[in-house]
Amino acid sequence: MSGSRVALFIPCYINSFFPGVGMATLTLLERFGYAVEYPEGQTCCGQPFANSGAHEEARPLAEHFVRTFSGYDYVVAPSASCVATVRRHYDPYVGDDPAYAHIKANTYEVLEFLHDVVRPESFGVSFPHSVTLHQSCHGLRELELGVSSEVMLPHYNKVLNLLEKVEGIELREMERADECCGFGGTFSIHEPEISTRMGIDKLDNAEATEAEYLAGFDSSCLMHLQGIARRLNREIKCVHVAEILAGTVEG
Amino acid sequence: MSREALEPWHDRALWFVRQKRDRAARTVAEWEELRQLASQIKAHTMSRLDHYLERFERNAVRNGIQVHWAADAQEHNRIVEGILARHNVRKVVKSKSMLTEECGLNPYLQARGIEVIDTDLGERIVQLRDEPPSHIVLPAIHLKKEEVAALFEARLGTEPGNADPTYLTYVARKHLREHFLSADAAITGVNFAVADEGLFVVCTNEGNADLGTAMTDLHIASMGIEKVIPSLEHLGIFTRLLARSATGQPVTTYTSHFKRPKPGGELHVVIVDNGRSAILGNESNAQALHCIRCGACMNTCPTYRRSGGHSYGYIVPGPIGSSLGASRDLKRSGADIYNCTLCGSCSNVCPTRIDLHRQLYAWRKVYVERGHLPPKKRWLYRAGAWMLRSPVRARILFGTAKWATRLLPRRLLYHPANVWGRTRELPEFAPKTFARLYKERTREP
Repeated sequence: MSGSRVALFIPCYINSFFPGVGMATLTLLERFGYAVEYPEGQTCCGQPFANSGAHEEARPLAEHFVRTFSGYDYVVAPSASCVATVRRHYDPYVGDDPAYAHIKANTYEVLEFLHDVVRPESFGVSFPHSVTLHQSCHGLRELELGVSSEVMLPHYNKVLNLLEKVEGIELREMERADECCGFGGTFSIHEPEISTRMGIDKLDNAEATEAEYLAGFDSSCLMHLQGIARRLNREIKCVHVAEILAGTVEG
Repeated sequence: MSREALEPWHDRALWFVRQKRDRAARTVAEWEELRQLASQIKAHTMSRLDHYLERFERNAVRNGIQVHWAADAQEHNRIVEGILARHNVRKVVKSKSMLTEECGLNPYLQARGIEVIDTDLGERIVQLRDEPPSHIVLPAIHLKKEEVAALFEARLGTEPGNADPTYLTYVARKHLREHFLSADAAITGVNFAVADEGLFVVCTNEGNADLGTAMTDLHIASMGIEKVIPSLEHLGIFTRLLARSATGQPVTTYTSHFKRPKPGGELHVVIVDNGRSAILGNESNAQALHCIRCGACMNTCPTYRRSGGHSYGYIVPGPIGSSLGASRDLKRSGADIYNCTLCGSCSNVCPTRIDLHRQLYAWRKVYVERGHLPPKKRWLYRAGAWMLRSPVRARILFGTAKWATRLLPRRLLYHPANVWGRTRELPEFAPKTFARLYKERTREP
């Protein structure tokens, strides 16, 4: 409920490369009446290490995360994969820490938080542009922000539900909308050719819709796709869904 | 990497199969419940595997089937060879069996003067090319019809340049017919072994297992210990899932039940462990034994479709192959378990709900713990985690990187050692970090 104390977790690369995504998250939470704090001393959640099997390296980062984010009602972050790491992979490191039990149950990806906790009628913003949405894997399949195309359950998608509340937006579905973009953390360095091929395919599918914007809910996917788009002089603009909802997309 | 790696047609061919699977699965209202049931049946059976295997053996023997037990690939091959030798078999027709691939049965028998003809069309193509299958259901998916035409021209004498699939299939059919007619024995795999009945089921689309076993009096079936299911009522759950997951068909064209030898003939089942007990004993990866070899995880895997089956270090490629390969030779499987973005699509398509991407996640941990990671990478992770562990050091790390990207000339910044930068622009550092913007904002009244 509004008035709750929310700690903002801004993953390290978002802090440096995409501060606008962080600001959009902050703007949204405050707009709906949350008391937001950005705990100083926060750093990486450990995902790149945990996903690579380097658990000895991930453990102190998980412990640090729990120390930093204890004592809040909610932790909210604009990164699905970091949130998935905190919620799904921290047990071996901090599983018996009671502070973690609270964090595990109350750490949200920002769109998930808006959809499930805030539940606004409207965002009071308009975005008169065409947008195609990349369904980032960890948000979709780990946080279950939607039903992925493999699963034969009634369709829902929390991110699209939110975007539909934006005035003037025109959503265009791309082919293979929930196929991985090829970032995959350290995979992008381990297997650069395959990673790039996947990224080009994603850009091709997005551009085939002739949408102006390629939106996503994991800045890491967008960092990878933007890197390829810039190298290949592709026109499509990458944007985080939170920026659209906050009305802070720069022209 | 395989020759088909990064080829758009390879990706599209497999994606097409994935879409067929989606359409077929969507016609079954209770699809997700079927998957759940299949997973539970497998979990139950694996927890009492000895009981069900012995029950299968008892009932099979009662039906007149001769049951053999093989601890490993060598023992399996020796048993098969022994049976063939007793019958003076010179030529065997074999339908698809990943287990015989795993055991290296073909080269073993061929070295002992027994001719082995793979009768599944795709398998026959890769056999004529002297290479392993690149996919467990679509063994020759890495080849284009022109390549098959060239191969058939050289080996089967087809018209030069005629790559018409109907023509090529017709010739292959004729060619295989001759072998079916002259074979002395048939070898098949086993898709499901039903403990209560002592019968086993072989699924094919080409009828090659049926023709092979019908034309000969000696049938040997190779079966992994994980193929047993308790009773017939469970079979339908798996057959409904198998063909839909594999190729998008409602059921395999042939779903043949073998219960007893034909009059005057012999029917043998060789039950093989070959490392499976070890997988069963490994908590985080035991579910790998729930695999029914449908290949759906390969078709959906974005990296399999772009790297090709021959790029994997184990005979079974893709997500399930990476996990199975890791349990056999973890050190060698390094490239496979890391050729994965952990996107999770495989776990969602798997008809028995194997937690495939979590298995690869788990294997990476063991891989690092056992010291298999190359020292350079190990050092990079250590240094990276040490830098990021402290907010001050993290600031210094990102700050230094920011100035490096500003000051270094492009040719240094995009030196080939910058793997990211070979195909991608580096992300741009914003003028101010979020932390800075937040601080400035709160300082304002």
